[in-house]
Amino acid sequence: MFAEHLLSVCIWLPIVGGIVVLATGGDQNATAARYLGLIFTIATFIVTLLLYADFNPHTAAMQFVENRPWIDAFSIRYHLGIDGISVLLILLTSFCTVLVVIAGWSVIQKKVGQYLAAFLIMEGLMIGVFSALDAILFYVFWESTLIPMFVIIGLWGGPNRVYATIKFFLYTFLGSVLMLVAFIYLYYQADRTFDIATFHQVQLGENAQILIFLALLAAFAVKVPMWPVHTWLPDAHTEAPTGGSVILAAILLKMGAYGFLRFSLPIVPDASHQLAGFMIALSLIAVVYIGLVTLMQDDMKKLIAYSSIAHMGFVTLGFFIFNTQGIEGGIIQMISHGFISGALFLCVGVLYDRLHSREIKDYGGVANRMPVFASFMMLFALANTGLPGTSGFVGEFLVILGSYQVNVWYAVLAATTLVLGAAYTLWMYKRVIFGAVVKDSVAALEDVTPREILFLGLLAIAVLAMGLWPFPFLEVMHVSVDHLLEQVATKKVI
Amino acid sequence: MFGSDIKTIYLAIPLASLAGAIIAGMFGWKIGRRGAHTAAILGVTVSFLLSLAVFKDVIIDGHYFNGPVYTWAVSGDIPFEIGLLVDPLTAVMLAVVTFVSLMVHIYTIGYMHDDPGYQRFFCYTALFTFFMLVLVMSNNFLQLFFGWEGVGLVSYLLIGFWFERDSAIHANLKAFLVNRVGDLGFLLGIALIYVSFESLDYAAVFAIAPQATVTTVEVIPGHEWNLITIICILLFVGAMGKSAQVPLHVWLPDSMEGPTPISALIHAATMVTAGVFMVARMSPLFELSDVALSVVIIVGTITALFLGLVAIVQNDIKRVVAYSTISQLGYMMVANGVSAYAGAIFHLMTHAFFKALLFLAAGSVIIALHHEQDMRKMGGLRKAMPVTYWTTLIGALALCGVPPFAGYFSKDAIIEAVHHSHLPGSGFAYVAVMSGVFITAFYTFRMVFMTFHGKPRMDEHVRQHVRESPLVVTFPLVMLAIPSVLAGGMYIEPMLFGNLFGSSIAVAPEHAVLAEMGRDYHGIGPFIAHGLQALPFFLAVAGIVIAWLLYIRYPDLPKAITDKLAFLHTLLVRKYFLDDFNEIVLAAGARKIGTFFWKVGDVNVIDGLAVNGTARVVRWVASIVRYMQTGYVYHYAFAMILGLFLLMTFFLRLT
Repeated sequence: MFAEHLLSVCIWLPIVGGIVVLATGGDQNATAARYLGLIFTIATFIVTLLLYADFNPHTAAMQFVENRPWIDAFSIRYHLGIDGISVLLILLTSFCTVLVVIAGWSVIQKKVGQYLAAFLIMEGLMIGVFSALDAILFYVFWESTLIPMFVIIGLWGGPNRVYATIKFFLYTFLGSVLMLVAFIYLYYQADRTFDIATFHQVQLGENAQILIFLALLAAFAVKVPMWPVHTWLPDAHTEAPTGGSVILAAILLKMGAYGFLRFSLPIVPDASHQLAGFMIALSLIAVVYIGLVTLMQDDMKKLIAYSSIAHMGFVTLGFFIFNTQGIEGGIIQMISHGFISGALFLCVGVLYDRLHSREIKDYGGVANRMPVFASFMMLFALANTGLPGTSGFVGEFLVILGSYQVNVWYAVLAATTLVLGAAYTLWMYKRVIFGAVVKDSVAALEDVTPREILFLGLLAIAVLAMGLWPFPFLEVMHVSVDHLLEQVATKKVI
Repeated sequence: MFGSDIKTIYLAIPLASLAGAIIAGMFGWKIGRRGAHTAAILGVTVSFLLSLAVFKDVIIDGHYFNGPVYTWAVSGDIPFEIGLLVDPLTAVMLAVVTFVSLMVHIYTIGYMHDDPGYQRFFCYTALFTFFMLVLVMSNNFLQLFFGWEGVGLVSYLLIGFWFERDSAIHANLKAFLVNRVGDLGFLLGIALIYVSFESLDYAAVFAIAPQATVTTVEVIPGHEWNLITIICILLFVGAMGKSAQVPLHVWLPDSMEGPTPISALIHAATMVTAGVFMVARMSPLFELSDVALSVVIIVGTITALFLGLVAIVQNDIKRVVAYSTISQLGYMMVANGVSAYAGAIFHLMTHAFFKALLFLAAGSVIIALHHEQDMRKMGGLRKAMPVTYWTTLIGALALCGVPPFAGYFSKDAIIEAVHHSHLPGSGFAYVAVMSGVFITAFYTFRMVFMTFHGKPRMDEHVRQHVRESPLVVTFPLVMLAIPSVLAGGMYIEPMLFGNLFGSSIAVAPEHAVLAEMGRDYHGIGPFIAHGLQALPFFLAVAGIVIAWLLYIRYPDLPKAITDKLAFLHTLLVRKYFLDDFNEIVLAAGARKIGTFFWKVGDVNVIDGLAVNGTARVVRWVASIVRYMQTGYVYHYAFAMILGLFLLMTFFLRLT
């Protein structure tokens, strides 16, 4: 019984957990809420580990499938299942949520129960997105994630949070509506079903494919985010509390990239090929243009947010060159970016909790007072520059190899991240961490606490493990990626 | 000699240093200074002893090894392996790297004695040794890149070791970024190898490459370029960054911001020679492209000559040695370019000894003078610091290429090799490396005279307290002075004319300059006798004598000369204005473009026009449309009837 519903457990355990945490009531029971939150996130993480342990990497078929009717009138089904592409994303989600709970432990003091509940519910919904095999179910999960994030930024966010939340909400909502239109069109084309696997089989004409591609693009590109629909992200990040930024960067953005793999590429392969040049151009603009913009940021969170856009450019670049290294590199980059951007936002959070500033100029010489913290942040900064031996290298390396096979100049432009990424990351590091202590506020800083060492240490292990031995991460996805490549290579135009 | 556990022994070489680094770094706070340096030195000592055993095993017993360690990743059809290659080239590098590293570690105990970052320093140096060993022991391009970026990382950390200093953290960022420009080329070269040969394994690539000599690639539409040439030049761009070749040398002088022991270890003896090593390692590829070899010759020559000139006008003792290092790296590159790879590695080895010696000796002077690096405030130190003086003298003579010191053999071999080469650019190179001898001798003895001879120019208080450095400092100096004298004579025969490198270096018959020289070689005695009558020797002596005249005999003359040649002097002092160009055009340019994209692209166009503009339009439309919500039922009813009418017309037309 348990084994058959493992995916449902992954989705509903944290959501139920969220409701339980909410039930603890006001902040007088904050400690209970924290422990409950921790227990539920760890339990979910363990369940996702079971999922990973039982996962069979030798088949492209969906695994842990659950399929039952939900809204019969429109043949909408509660249909779940995962393959080698989604399994890692689910693990990433449950891992990061545990860290967020630990990171918020003593920092969040008001409305603790609601705060933790929002993240728990968020976790379940995101796992739902990565495991839904029914388009409407997917859409419901996809849109629902907006609500907890809206609440997280709106309630625990910075001074400019109203502008940021509305921008975030409208941007992403607008895109998603077009996705729904595409789903409804596909519903009729697929003989009245929302089954994603059936969508994959539907024969579509050229124009229909292009329209569907663009409708889906509107939803996914905003989420990734791709240039030029990226401007909501820096605002959302700067206003979000640390935990919100971590989830936003580490997982929420991956939903958009995941969408390309689950929908755009297999459903409209011909349009994907036709518009690949356009997608690659947008991706390379993200790497180069955004790389240069990142250089000039003077708010640490904005800087990491822009850096995220540049790194996600590698993901979309990898997807639209349609070869093994490209797609696998893109997926690896998604996971790695989850670790690294999450870690960097947590680092900024550690500083913010102490000085309540995100401005680079308010720091300088932090290493003198916080040597352990400086070492951690050095590792994550280097990972962000794609240093070999850290996870940041693996994805970028594979995508560069992949794009070289398509066009030398794609690889050349993508590789500029070697210089740009190092420039913006290490320049920030220099101004924040290195130097002499000139400000009294910095002179009063205390080094990281054991709790902070715990979550930074876990991420450090993840970043190094994936960099030194990416083999097991890649191993689970080979068959699914090969299957996907076959789907993309099959012409659908009738 | 080792039997079946050979791979474990090989693995232990880098891992012993890594273990030392981890213990010193993570537990340094607990085990204290003594614990940290013991751990690091023990680790490096194990690496050193095993390297010596491997050296014997490979060179004397002829046991080569090439095999995988673990599969790093699989993507597509070709797995990416981490593996080891142990052949004579590796063995020589292992011995040189671990020996110099061990000496520097011992020296550091004395040099960094009072530094609060003592444990951290030992962690970094041992970590550096690990990465360098990974680099030289690699059997594939991927792992080469690992070690390559790894040593770059530690170099970055060590240049910025004193991170409170603005100059240090400026220098380390610069070093990292300039190296990344080189690595950009390097990585693209590796990618091109992967795409063209479907392997990143040295042996596999070298085996297939000869079949691809006529293959071309179209990088710019309509222009077919030779594949091997492109690969070699891209790889060489990486070498230009790491081995400080023009124009990517700009980071090396600034790297002197780091503590002196690492200037000796990283920025003279080992890391900066990684590029030279890499080109020698890739000899089977470079041999296939005369164009690439010519590029190597020309870049190396420019570096050797023009950066040597800059050394003449430096007053900071470490910067003299730094520019000298760049110039000598140029010599090594030229040797690679004329296919005298063995000569390049030979010079790499002797240079590692005498240049590490010169840096450590400079460090010995610097601490004796309480961190004074300006040679104008030195002078007359030879009496007070005899060990430092004599070892420096040995290093200086070796650097100038005076027989019978080690540098004579290696440098003379390079000059001869260039003379024998017929590749385009070798004529220019010959003139340059020859004049370089004079320049080298001049700046080197300018330094020796300004530091150890003449009148003391430091203030009285300092002068009275000058003492010879303690044993932990002088011991490594003596240990490095020994090979600086002997290594040349001992190894010239096996390395250059014997078959020491065996199959690890490939030379095409038409490029075999060393073999040609070997026919005229009749032992060390005649080689030295010949050297004493040849032009390079006279040039070196001339350089030393002129340095003596200018800085001891007529000390007012240099001022008069610089006044006469003010333009030239400024050009050299400003280092050909290359730093200014980089700062003003490249760095500031990138910042300007970044600001433009941000403020104009993101803020004004995307957010200003598209996003907030849409919001404004919506608000405007809403402000008009809201007048339609009048609240009167008959207005709504009318609208409904109108709508119904329109819809019905629409449907009727459809049917």
